[in-house]
This record gives sequence, C-alpha cells and structure tokens, in this order.
Amino acid sequence: LKNARSSGKLRLQKWYTATAERDKKKMVRELMQIVLARKPKMCSFLEWRDLKIVYKRYASLYFCCAIEEQDNELITLEVIHRFVELLDKYFGSVCELDIIFNFEKAYFILDEFLMGGEIQDTSKKSVLKAIEQADLLQEEDESPRSVLEEMGLA
Amino acid sequence: MPAPIRLRELIRTIRTARTQAEEREMIQKECAAIRSSFREEDNTYRCRNVAKLLYMHMLGYPAHFGQLECLKLIASQKFTDKRIGYLGAMLLLDERQDVHLLMTNCIKNDLNHSTQYVQGLALCTLGCMGSSEMCRDLAGEVEKLLKTSNSYLRKKAALCAVHVIRKVPELMEMFLPATKNLLSEKNHGVLHTSVVLLTEMCERSPDMLAHFRKLVPQLVRILKNLIMSGYSPEHDVSGISDPFLQVRILRLLRILGKGDDDSSEAMNDILAQVATNTETSKNVGNAILYETVLTIMDIKSESGLRVLAINILGRFLLNNDKNIRYVALTSLLKTVQTDHNAVQRHRSTIVDCLKDLDVSIKRRAMELSFALVNGNNIRGMMKELLYFLDSCDPEFKADCASGVFLAAEKYAPSKRWHIDTIMRVLTTAGSYVRDDSVPNLIQLITNSVEMHAYTVQRLYKALLDDISQQPLVQVASWCIGEYGDLLISGQCEEEEPIQVTEDEVLDVLEGLLVSNLSSPVTRGYSLTAIMKLSTRFSSVNRIKKVVSIYGSSIDVELQQRAVEYNALFKKYDHMRPALLERMPIMEKTASNGPTEIVQTNGEAEPSVVEPKHPPPVGQPASQGNDLLDLLGGNDVPVIPTTMPTKPASAGGELLDLLGDLSLGGPAPAPPAPASQPPFLLDGLSSQPLFNDIAAAGIPPMTAYNKNGLKIDFTFERANPNPNVAVITIHASNSTEADMTDFVFQAAVPKTFQLQLLSPSSNVVPALNQGTVTQVIRVLNQQKQQLRMRIKLTYIHKGSAVQDLAEVNNFPPQSWQ
Repeated sequence: LKNARSSGKLRLQKWYTATAERDKKKMVRELMQIVLARKPKMCSFLEWRDLKIVYKRYASLYFCCAIEEQDNELITLEVIHRFVELLDKYFGSVCELDIIFNFEKAYFILDEFLMGGEIQDTSKKSVLKAIEQADLLQEEDESPRSVLEEMGLA
Repeated sequence: MPAPIRLRELIRTIRTARTQAEEREMIQKECAAIRSSFREEDNTYRCRNVAKLLYMHMLGYPAHFGQLECLKLIASQKFTDKRIGYLGAMLLLDERQDVHLLMTNCIKNDLNHSTQYVQGLALCTLGCMGSSEMCRDLAGEVEKLLKTSNSYLRKKAALCAVHVIRKVPELMEMFLPATKNLLSEKNHGVLHTSVVLLTEMCERSPDMLAHFRKLVPQLVRILKNLIMSGYSPEHDVSGISDPFLQVRILRLLRILGKGDDDSSEAMNDILAQVATNTETSKNVGNAILYETVLTIMDIKSESGLRVLAINILGRFLLNNDKNIRYVALTSLLKTVQTDHNAVQRHRSTIVDCLKDLDVSIKRRAMELSFALVNGNNIRGMMKELLYFLDSCDPEFKADCASGVFLAAEKYAPSKRWHIDTIMRVLTTAGSYVRDDSVPNLIQLITNSVEMHAYTVQRLYKALLDDISQQPLVQVASWCIGEYGDLLISGQCEEEEPIQVTEDEVLDVLEGLLVSNLSSPVTRGYSLTAIMKLSTRFSSVNRIKKVVSIYGSSIDVELQQRAVEYNALFKKYDHMRPALLERMPIMEKTASNGPTEIVQTNGEAEPSVVEPKHPPPVGQPASQGNDLLDLLGGNDVPVIPTTMPTKPASAGGELLDLLGDLSLGGPAPAPPAPASQPPFLLDGLSSQPLFNDIAAAGIPPMTAYNKNGLKIDFTFERANPNPNVAVITIHASNSTEADMTDFVFQAAVPKTFQLQLLSPSSNVVPALNQGTVTQVIRVLNQQKQQLRMRIKLTYIHKGSAVQDLAEVNNFPPQSWQ
C-alpha cells in the first residue's frame, strides 16, 4: 500500500492487495498514529506487523510505503522521491492544495508510474509524456461536448 | 434538475466546513443529489458525480452505491469516462464484491482498443486489482500484449503478467515463450518490468529458476553497460544511471546465483565492480550498494568479495544518515552467523549504536550486540549492555534482560561476576525479566557454593532498598531462607560483611508478606523462607507465631502452606530439621543421572558438596553405629525421606512432601539461540517415581525377613540412564500387631550413589494387610557388585525395635 497524508488527513491511498474496507481504515489509522508520532531525527524506516514502513516527509505531507521483508528500503525512498518529482513537474512546484483539488490527477500519475507496487518506467520523461497525451485525449473528448452543453443543446 | 456541481467546487465547499458534523451534513446532501442523478441514468454527468463520490470516499464516507456507475463509465466510449471509471473500480471495487466480475468483458474489449492509453488503463486496472477469475479469463490477452512491439504496452503487460501469476500461479507456463527476448529490449521501462517478471517467475518455480539461469551473462552485460555508459539524462538520478534498474537486476542475480557455483562465479566481477565504483555520497548510490551487499552475501561468492561486502556495511555504520545505519545493522544481523569474525571487527561501532536516539536502530544494535558476545569480549560488552538496560525503553527491557542472562551463562568469566551481573539485572530491570529466570537463577546460586554468603548478603541489601521487583524479591527470599544462617553469622569473604540480626531478617521477610507490592507467588516464597529459618535461627517462637497467623489467610496457597507448616511444628517436629535442610545442588541439564546427594545437617556448613560416600562394606563395625559409620560419621541421622528431588514446581520449592505446592508456573521458553530446559530438574522429572520402564525382567528378591517383618526388593531399570537401578522395597508385616513409625534406611559402598525417596507410609499393617513401599535409586557407574546395608526401626507392640542387616543377594542383572 502507499499513501500520502498530512496532519492526520488522508489525501491519497493506493492498495495493491485486496483488503476489506474496515481493515483498510483500521490500518490507515494505526499507521497514521505511528508515523505522525515520529520525531524528525528518527530514521525513515519502521517495522509494523510483518511489513516494513518507509516514509518521507515533504513539507506538510507524509508519503508512506509498506514494503515486504525482502524489499530494499533505500531504493523505496528513491521511489517515493521520484513520485514527488513527477507530481512536482506536472503541477509545477506542487503543494498540498494541488493534490487536494486534483486528487484524481495525482492518482493518474501514480497509476502511470507504478503498477502492482512495481515501477512501470524508470524514465521521468516517459511517464510525464504518457500523462500529457492522456490528458490531451481527455480534452478532445470534453471540448466539443461542453460547448454544446453550455448552449443548452446537450 | 440543475447540473450537479463540479468536483472542484464540492471540494472547496467541503473544506469550508468547520466541524465534523457540518462536513457530514454537506456530504449527505451531495450524496443524495448524486444518488438521484444516478437513478436518472444521466450519462453526461455520471463522470463528474463518480469523481465527487471518490473524493468523499477518500474522506471516509461510504460510496458503495457508486460501484455500478463505475462499470457504466468503463463501458462508455469517452476516454474521460473510462479514466474515472477505471479509477473508481480500483478504489471502490475489489475481488470481494461480486460486481467486479462484470468488468471482465469491458476490460477485454479495452485490452484490444485502438488507443494505447485505453489499453493502458485496462492493463493497469487488471494489474492492480484483478481477481483470480478475471485473471484466468484475460491472461491470454495479456500474453498477447506481452509480445507486442509497442514498448508502452509491453512494459505494462509485463507487470500485469506479474499480477496474474501472483493470483493464478498455474498460468505461469503460458508466459514463458513471451519472455524469450524481453531482455534484448532497449527501452528501460520494458527492461525494468521484464526483470520484475522474471524475478517473480524464478521465485515461484525452481524449474523456471533453472531455466533462466542462462540469462546471467546477459544480465551482467546490461548491468555493466549501465555502469560504464556515460551520462544519460533520461535515466539519471544524482549521477547514477537508472538505479532502479540496477537494483532490480542485482536482485534477480541474487536469486539466480544462490546455491549455484557457475552463476555465482559469472557475477563475481560485476559485483566487485559495482561495489567499488558506486558513488556513496547520496542515498541512491547507497541503495545500490545495499542491494549489492545482499546479493554478495546470498550467493556463493568468494571470500574476498564477502569481506568487501562486510566492510561496506561497516562503512555504512559510520554514515551520518540514520537510514543507512539502520540498513547496515539489519544486514549485519543476517550475516553475523556466517561471517562472524568479519562482523566482530565492527563491534565497537555497533555498540555505539546502542546509544542512538532512534528506536529501530537501538533494537537492531542490541540484537547484534548479543550475537557478537563471546568469551573474549564478555566483560566489556556486558558493561555496555547493562548500561543500555538501565537507560533503555521498557519495550526493550525484557529482551535485553533475557539476552544478558544467556550471555552471562555462556561466557561468565567467574561465578562472582555472574552473580553480580544477575543482581544488576534484577535490580535495574527486575520487573521485566521473564518468569523462568527465577528458577534458573536459584539453580545458579545453589551451584556457586562458595558464593552463598556473598550472594545472600547482596540480595538482602537489595531487598532493603526495594521490594517492588518481584523476581528479585523471590530470589532474595529463597536465598535468605536457605542461607539465612550465613547472613547472620556475618561471614563473607568477597566483601565487607554486614551485621544483621535474626529479628531484622524476619522483619524483612514478614514485611514482604504484608506488603501490597508482593504478588501471591512472592508471598509464598517468603512464608516458606521464614519457615526454613526455623531450623537455622533461634527465634523459633516468632516464626511459629507468624506461621500460625497465616493459617487463616484468605489466599488459599498461603493458607495451605501455613497449615502444613503448623502441623510440622506440632506433630512432626522431629522431622522438621531434616525436612528443612539445605537444598541439594540442582542439576540443570536434561541429561540423565540423579542429583548428587548433599548431606548436611541443619547448621551452617555450606561447603558440603560431596556426597558422603560410605567406606567399603568390609569394615568391621559395631552394631549400633554401623550404619552411621558407613555414612561418614554424621552426628545427625540421615533421614532418607527428605531427598527433595521432585522437580514439579518451578521455584525450587523445598517442601514437596507436603503436597503439590506448585508456584506460578514456568513462563514461555526464552527466545534466544541457546536452548534451556524450562524446568530445573528436567532429567528427573521425566522419570516418574513408580513406573515400570523396561523392567528387563530382573527377578525380585527378599532382602530381609525377620521377626515377622519381610522386605522385598523389586527392580526396574531407569531410563535414560542404564546405570541407575530403581529398587522398590515392599515391607510387609505378618505379625498380629501393626508396626508403626516404620523407618527404612540404607547405605551403599563408596562407588555407588544412593537416593532414597519418600515412603508410602510409615505404618506396616499387621497380618499382611498391606505393604509400605519406598523407592531406592542406585547409581552404579562402575558396574560393581551391588551391596547394601539396611537399618530398620519401628514400634511394635509398644516397644521400639531396631535392626541392621546386610543385603548381599542382589541378582546379577540388577547391577550389570
């Protein structure tokens, strides 16, 4: 699972294993408590249940990743960083509000970058280009429609 | 109906809510609007509504009524709809809802869509949340896409295949042909995802693993190119070329090289190269090094490479970055067993990490420190570890205490050091030690005979300071009970003896009985200790008083004990000294053999460890003193009934005779590497008293038959020690009057060891109406002919009778 959150509010969450809604909520609550309690000087890894949690703070947002025993914590930090870079490039100096108001776009970026918890493409350029193209497709879809709607002819 | 508000607007509105209740109200209002909109089957705004629903779902509100709407969106032709629809499916649906299967057809169509971005959406959704049924249905499509030349789709198909294999492992085979030329791709995305796919397949199937070993040279080449090639802006991260791919390749190499000499050899060079050339100034470089180290340690690498790896970890330990230190400690912990010496070199750095502020680092450092303790460094290490125990968080104390005990046991340089160390643990972290440490400690103390005075003195002083830590109090009361006489006598070699009076000691013990801090178990200990002191101290009356008070205690355990002790004072006073004798040294090992017999009288001599072996039987001796001479000339008659060998209770409880006084039972076994029997006297407890283990058909014999008293011996061989013969005596009385106060004693030649257990009763009923049985265990290490002298005393028809006899007619099988 992977989530981004701030001051106790969840902004994004992605689960790669099927979990019941109730359990998800419980886990998220637990994790939030643990991570928010960490002091700034502490290391970015902690053990939780049978998983390892890797987290990193960017301004007011915490990004957390739960990985398995055999996964490399240090490279996970890099994965988190890459995701933040992607958001940053896309939104232009991303801030928390961008993610709040454009959460669906943040998800699109995440889903273009990772699948099933693994990186799809290691090239920043490649991922951003794909998003760009998809956004264009979306616009092509929307523009003719909304004009008609506004004219009341839809 | 007015157009539903836009997503952004909704978000803005909700954020203005000042209270939870206000927010809930807004949400409910909007949900109602969305619901009616859904009911109207409005295509135009469905997308917007679902998006809003997803937002509210993220805030924690229920959104299940949107599930079907997501499916409708997915089926739409518009890309926007599909995008939100698939997102909704991933957020709201999973294999637990039956509804999800309806997606399968849509996904199938979209996998074959003309637009690659639509195909991408479908692959992504399937690869994130596809259920096994969906995977089964769609695996063929995925496999097709795995072979396409479109790298955008190929990379996604590879990861989707990973998910399919995870869900339905049997389908792995069908993807095999498609993997053939995956690694010859130039596109890093495809390369990365292909390596992930290959890794997944190799991890799941040994056949696949064997099959893919041939890829090692190719992987090595790719890795080499990454390192050697110049700057590539597209994949560069802080000066390193595609670290993500490097790490994945290293991981795959690890799996392929494990246990295989050839593959391991083929990768030796590249691993060395990566290890030495990678930049360590940034986290990225260290991430690669970390993966490299893990790989080196797992495959069959040459020793030079392994030392290189450990040195890298050593350098990590000195890194300013906490994360790096943490990772280093974790890895060192994994390798400490196999490369112990190499890790030892970094011991001082590891010990320094005990002082780190971070909890995770401290825990790792503690585990590693314990793994590194050995005979050479025990003193220094223990100092550090005890200091750590003092200052660490409670969550660590139990584990640390256990670790200290184990290490001390294995490597203690001297008994005094050992006892001091244990005292230190008990006083600083006493309430956190595991329950089974109390009996272990007691066993240790009894074994260090020369330290008894020192130990009891220190424990007494500790009690004066603090009675809140139960394990400490329990051990201390036990010791005071046993060695109280030493305490009073003011003899102590190891340190300045303290002056303590009997009353002061009794004050302390009584204090424990009444204190709120004492647990019931502790109270039991202290009552028994007080009782024991009745034979060691002279203030018997005081003790009698205390004991009788507790005869009416609410605590059942205490009451029972007090009542029995009272009975001891009143009716069995003659037995009291012997019953309350010093405990023998307890053997700890689970192996065979009875304990050594320790015979002391009620007074002081702590140095009596050796069993008093009787001299050879052939000595002439006068009747009356014969038996006693054989037993080494003790003034006090040896009362055989007191050999306290029953191990049933975990607290070294002395008076097992008075019933099964089991203390708060044994705790779960300690987790550490060295195994310890949970019970002290495991070896004995496994040999129940009256049982016919492989009787080996030794015929019974009559040992004595005189004046109507007949004593028969029956034999068993004791398991597990074949040198121990278990003899049961059966005493029967053919006269008309009972024989009361019947006591049976025995002595054997020097080369044997004898142990006498309690008799079934001390009345031999008249006219053969019953027998008294008693068990004798004889250890015959040198396999000499068994001979025995017996002494019998009883009261018959009002007069006391005493007789001595020699038993020589043991059947050969009993001692061969």
